[in-house]
Parts: sequence; C-alpha cells; structure tokens
Amino acid sequence: MPKLIIKDRSGKKSEIEFNSNFTLMEILRDNDYGIEASCGGCCACATCHVYVDEKWTNKLKNMDDDEESMLDQAFDIKNNSRLSCQIDLSEELDGLEIEIAPE
Amino acid sequence: MIEKTDVAIIGAGPVGLFAVFELGLLNIKCHLIDNLDKVGGQCAELYPEKPIYDIPSRPIVTGQELTDELIKQINPFKPQFHLNQQVDKITKTETGWIVETNIGTKVEAKCIVVAAGAGSFVPRKPPIENIENFENKNVFYAVRDKSMFSGKNLLIAGGGDSALDWTNELSKDSNVSLIHRRKDFRAAPDSVSKMQELETKGKIKFLKGQIKTISNTEDSKIILQYENDEEKSQIEVDYLLPFFGLKMELGPIADWGLNLHENLIKVDTEKFETSTPSIFAIGDINWYPGKLKLILSGFHESALMAQEVFKYCFPDKKNIFRYTTSSKELQKKLGV
Ligand SMILES: Cc1cc2nc3c(=O)[nH]c(=O)nc-3n(C[C@H](O)[C@H](O)[C@H](O)COP(=O)(O)OP(=O)(O)OC[C@H]3O[C@@H](n4cnc5c(N)ncnc54)[C@H](O)[C@@H]3O)c2cc1C
Ligand code: FES
Repeated sequence: MPKLIIKDRSGKKSEIEFNSNFTLMEILRDNDYGIEASCGGCCACATCHVYVDEKWTNKLKNMDDDEESMLDQAFDIKNNSRLSCQIDLSEELDGLEIEIAPE
Repeated sequence: MIEKTDVAIIGAGPVGLFAVFELGLLNIKCHLIDNLDKVGGQCAELYPEKPIYDIPSRPIVTGQELTDELIKQINPFKPQFHLNQQVDKITKTETGWIVETNIGTKVEAKCIVVAAGAGSFVPRKPPIENIENFENKNVFYAVRDKSMFSGKNLLIAGGGDSALDWTNELSKDSNVSLIHRRKDFRAAPDSVSKMQELETKGKIKFLKGQIKTISNTEDSKIILQYENDEEKSQIEVDYLLPFFGLKMELGPIADWGLNLHENLIKVDTEKFETSTPSIFAIGDINWYPGKLKLILSGFHESALMAQEVFKYCFPDKKNIFRYTTSSKELQKKLGV
C-alpha cells in the first residue's frame, strides 16, 4: 500500500499507509493526528490545515478558489499551506510528506 | 421583563426549527434563542450555497433553501425569536425554568430544549501570544458601538465580508488600515471594489501580511508586528479588529450540570431527555449509542421529544396520535 510521511504538531515523524479512495484529511482524522476537521471535509471550516513538503507541491492538483478563500480563515499560512480535505489521495502520491499546521 | 412560554429552545438551527413544528402540532408554544444574527445554524452560516443530498424526498436542497422552507413550515405556530444573544444561565423555578441571555433577555418556560448543535458560533481568534490581555480594550472581534472608533487609528484584519464591510464603513470617521495575507478577497464584489477605490484615493491603507505579535505602548495604544514573504514591519494603532470568521464552541452549556459524553449531552432514545428532568437535547448536541450527526436524525428526535414535553405542559390531558393528512384539528392549526 502507498504511504504518507507525517510530521505531527510535536515535530515527530511517522509513516502511515493509505487507501486511495480517501482524502488526506480523512486519513489524518481517522488516525488521530489531532485534526479537528469540524466541517467534515466540505471546505467550510479551515481546521484541516497542513503544510505540504515543497518537493510535492507540483504533484498535487492546484488549489481552487474555494480552498484559497477558506485558507483566509486559517492562521500561520505559508506558501505550502493546503487544506487536507481538498487533497484526494492517489497511488501517485506514494511517499507524500506533510506537516500538521498549529491549531 | 420576563417572557412566558411553554418551551425555550436554545439554538435555531434546522433541528431547533423543526422542533417548533412537532411541538406546535401538540399546541405547545416556543421561543427560540440563538447567538447568530440569523436562523438556520450550520446550514445558514457554514454552507448556505452548498447542496445537501440526504434529506428524505428532497434529492437536492441547499443549506439556505432548507432553512427558508423550515421557516415557512413552522410559520403557522408563530415562534418568537431572540437572535444575536447567547443563553448563559438557566435557573430552576417551581413550575419550570428561567433562561437568561448575555444581553438580559429572560424567558420563562416549562421545559428547555437544547438544540445547540456543536455549540454557539463565536469569533475565530488569531493565535497571537497574549492577545487575550488586550481583548475588549484594544482588540474587538465585533463592532457593537462604532462611535467609539471615531477619529481613531484602526487595523482591521481579514479578507472576508466582515473585514471589508467594516473597512468601508469605519473609514468614514476613522483612519483605517486593512491587513490580509493576500490581495484577493472572498467578499461581495461590490465591497471589494469600494475598498479598492478607497485605497486608490488614499482613504485607507492596505498591508499585505499576517500579524505575528501584539504589545502595548505607554499611552495605551498597541503595536502589531506583521510579516509577509518579503518583509517584516509594524504598525501602531488604537484598535485591532480581527475578522476571521466564526467557529463553534460548547460554551456555557457545559456548566449546567447535565451529564455529558465528550462535550455532548447524554440523552435517552425514547424521550431525548437529559439527566435533568424537563431539559431535553436534540440534534448535533446530543449523544446516545449509535448517534449520527445528521439533520434527519435531529428531525426524528424532535418528534419523540415533543411527546414527552406534552406531558409536562398538559399533565391532565391525553395526547392522541394523529396524522396531518387526515386530522381536521391539525390542519386547522396549520391554517390549511
Ligand atoms: C459543511 C457541512 C455540510 C453538511 N452536510 C450535511 C448533509 O449533507 N446532511 C446532513 O444531514 N447533515 C449535514 N451536515 C450536518 C448538519 O448541518 C448538522 O447535523 C445540523 O446543522 C445540526 O443541526 P442542529 O440544529 O442540531 O445544530 P446547528 O445547526 O449547529 O445549530 C445550533 C445553533 O445553536 C446555537 N447555539 C448554541 N449554543 C447556544 C447558546 N448557549 N445560546 C444561543 N445559541 C446557541 C448556535 O449558534 C447555532 O446556530 C453538514 C455540516 C456541515 C458543516
Ligand atoms: S475539513 Fe473543514 S475545511 Fe477541511
């Protein structure tokens, strides 16, 4: 199975396998990475904020307007900020490295 | 003054609204209280334009459409709304409860129905160290009395409708700077062009960046340090008004002595009553084994809750089960 490399809020790195039918948010939420995701992935809460490793930013589908606007309600935004509920996982993302943004 | 009614419903989301219908069929009158400036809860605040596909017999309906039609459906029962206020306190009386809000509204009722969803909508606060020490002195998350800002230096933070509307409005009498992480705004096109016009005319200043620190000066002003990709800088103002949208927080409900399960109110699945008799909880706020946070579940809970509330309101009467399709009496109440 493809896997993700995740840096949690304490700075600890871990690897986790994923199933391509899910979004990144769903994997993070279901594995207790402390992502609130209060809107359940509807791009309406900005509580699923992550930083994507620069090596991977080009391999992801571009941000749409909805996601870019919702990021306005998140904090500590960086150039590699994304909302994890808007990232559909696929085999091509095997090895994707991300960091969970502060609460 | 204390307003009297049968049931005080805390929360005017879809579930609180539909409860008015189920209670109304049983001749029970309701007042609803909500922290938001509008009814509809999450549907109206978080996703008014987004489609919902799992409301029975509505293959597709948006959050706002669902809210509008619920209002139409409960209109015959003449519910009373108290918006823009949070229920802070509930007090037991001999015959029921008094529900009190942060702006002093008091409603006396025989039963309370908590339909508070994931809690009340409160402003999202930027994670700036020590910002809480400046709240209600230099930092305000809402504008209640705009005259206090007249002639002052303000920094407004955010890129949505509230940030832009207040930038445009307050710039009439104050010296306003607007800070946002990018020069695009998710606000009504009208407000955006108005703001851009004010900027061109030099009436307001736009700063690109995110605020990182806050500190005070000797004469009770504040200094905000901010940064973007290119530079770090700072600005001194009298007031900071951050507008980063709303989030939900359980709030005062946690202090009412109700048995909770991880921030949700425990209820039974027959009457949806809480651990305190005559207080009920329906919709997203409640918990029981197998609970699903769906609008559909909240509607079902409303119907069963109403049966038990009837007993509190009319202890001597017998409740006879009827269909709206065939009961002349129910149809009279509905005005059809
Ligand atoms: C983006 C998104 C998409 C969704 N899609 C679906 C879907 O497709 N199907 C579905 O069934 N569900 C969906 N849901 C879930 C659905 O919106 C909720 O189940 C529903 O809103 C719950 O209704 P409610 O009336 O219990 O609470 P809410 O809608 O949360 O309303 C509660 C209200 O109570 C108020 N309140 C709380 N405490 C207080 C207090 N102390 N004083 C005053 N007011 C208070 C709040 O301000 C709020 O307005 C979705 C949710 C989101 C965020
Ligand atoms: S889960 Fe709410 S925006 Fe991603």
